Amino acid sequence: MQPIRTIESRTVVIPVTNIDTDQIIPARFLTTTTREGLGKQAFADWRYDANGAVKSDFILNKPEVAGCGVLVAGRNFGCGSSREHAPWALLDYGFRAVISTEIADIFRNNSLKNGLLPIVVDDQTHGWLMNNPGANVKIDLETTTLTLPTCATAKFPIEGFARVCLMNGVDELGFLLQQAPAIERYEAARTY
Amino acid sequence: MSAKTLFEKVWEQHQVVPESADTPAVLYIDLHLVHEVTSPQAFSVLRAENLKVRRPDRVLATMDHSTPTDPDEVFGRVPIKVESAARQVKELEKNCREFGIELHGLDRDTRGIVHVIGPELGATQPGKTIVCGDSHTATHGAFGALAFGIGTTEVGHVLATQCLLQRRPKTLAIEVTGKLRPGVTAKDLILAIIGEIGVSGGTGYVIEYRGSAIEALSMEERMTVCNMSIEAGARAGMIAPDETTFAYLKGRRFAPQGKAWDEAVARWRELKSDPGAKFDRVVSIDASKLEPMISYGTHPGMVVPISGKVPDVANDPVHAKALNYMGLNGGEPMVGKPIQVVFIGSCTNGRLSDLELAAGVLKGRKVASGVRMLVVPGSQQVKREAERLGLDKIFTDAGAQWRESGCSMCIGMNGDTAARGEYAVSTSNRNFEGRQGAGARTLLASPATAAAAAIAGKIADPRAYLPH
Repeated sequence: MQPIRTIESRTVVIPVTNIDTDQIIPARFLTTTTREGLGKQAFADWRYDANGAVKSDFILNKPEVAGCGVLVAGRNFGCGSSREHAPWALLDYGFRAVISTEIADIFRNNSLKNGLLPIVVDDQTHGWLMNNPGANVKIDLETTTLTLPTCATAKFPIEGFARVCLMNGVDELGFLLQQAPAIERYEAARTY
Repeated sequence: MSAKTLFEKVWEQHQVVPESADTPAVLYIDLHLVHEVTSPQAFSVLRAENLKVRRPDRVLATMDHSTPTDPDEVFGRVPIKVESAARQVKELEKNCREFGIELHGLDRDTRGIVHVIGPELGATQPGKTIVCGDSHTATHGAFGALAFGIGTTEVGHVLATQCLLQRRPKTLAIEVTGKLRPGVTAKDLILAIIGEIGVSGGTGYVIEYRGSAIEALSMEERMTVCNMSIEAGARAGMIAPDETTFAYLKGRRFAPQGKAWDEAVARWRELKSDPGAKFDRVVSIDASKLEPMISYGTHPGMVVPISGKVPDVANDPVHAKALNYMGLNGGEPMVGKPIQVVFIGSCTNGRLSDLELAAGVLKGRKVASGVRMLVVPGSQQVKREAERLGLDKIFTDAGAQWRESGCSMCIGMNGDTAARGEYAVSTSNRNFEGRQGAGARTLLASPATAAAAAIAGKIADPRAYLPH
């Protein structure tokens, strides 16, 4: 994984609350055995109609959003299933961060493990972002700060260990494997 | 010693390394459930890193999500129609062989939905930590286990180390007092709870369901309740084990036997929240006030009592978007709305008691013309038991289809789907847009309500159809 320090990009706004993982990547695309190539199916049922034709009124199909790497969405983004295909699809599509006022637990965990930043902000900051699609924002993982083009800033919470892993581009698996002696002691001490 | 909640007891017993400001806890996992959809990429990581599965004896693998329910496809008489699903099945077979994991595969009579077979085999036990690459892992919390869904990266972590890095969640007590009225089921209770606290009301929490109405539930009903904890945003939902739990587990394949059984029960009896234990949040629900529930929208918090109307919410574009997708109007009554599909099954309501409830409604009646009804047992064992009781005959005589076990139309990965625009009354857990097929409109309900709808050809109050 590439180390992540800062992300600077324009935003795409999908002003819908409770966007679930079935919207982010419909289940019929989960019969894959790899992580790659899911971006073309991200939000498939919102991007394409029954015949596979592009729905021109959906925001991700508008030319002005090309290259936007930050998705701003309504409250409780990523609710539903545990499919890691959801952050895989968003990353493959080109998103590097998701901003909402609330992000579902499993989706947040999965995102952190893949380098998609789940950014939870206060209502005021979120309200501004919702009203200003296309704004150029800066996310600084070092200072855990989101900066708007107005120069207003908002701190965001992010689990400390995951943050360090992201900043150094390392996988948590390495850390867990190093715990082998403690795991052996634990297993030996369990009486049932 | 300070009073502890059930969750805290299980958590503390599984800390290999406690959490600190810098690092999450290293949490030991007792049972890892694996299925074909969320595991291939995890096995690929093991292979790439040259790692072994640390404890194959703590892994239970089966196939359920993308598998066919048509017997000819299941038993290899014809090829599996969905080619990519067939590849996933093969991949899991290969991975289990290579890494030494016992697979409850398509040819095994122990196969089924992972959350149905774990309890059925007695692998799910009080006080265990249980994970699976599936959000409905919460189901196993019905036994007083700490059970939650994980992503594929974490599936790899558990395969390689039998551990996970976890921050300690908060605790939410849902106290359910009173008694459910006749015709009101565990499914109605959990739908009402989600309607009450909202689809993100449990985010960041582990729920403990408690109170007289919970204690009165059977194990299968408790599983239905815990199953949908994730639909309220909570990764796990737990119920303290009691005599009902022990009676269910005794004698099952992986349950302790003989002296070990007595020791286990003695240990399990300690697994309840101490008097005075503090929860971060407490919610109270009166079960005696509940009616059969049904969803009207595109998430499981959008529910109303069956006698209710579609809520009329002004100036809410998201609500309007949901009603537009569902083809419903604010103020319209739910009862009487024509439906085209009925699905009975899933890890929420695919166990024997669910099939018995639906069969009780259907017995001697016919599925309305123009309605397609699919009954999919939660496991091959549920299927066999149902057939022994003659339930399959009741379903097929009524005009329903009787299938092999699997997730089927709950997730629609195997070709079992509802068509665009069709209304499907479903005993499953999610009514998200497209969940049961692109453009399909899901109405979540209990097996009784689903069976009543099949007969009436429209949404109907199940209490008019229940046997006395």
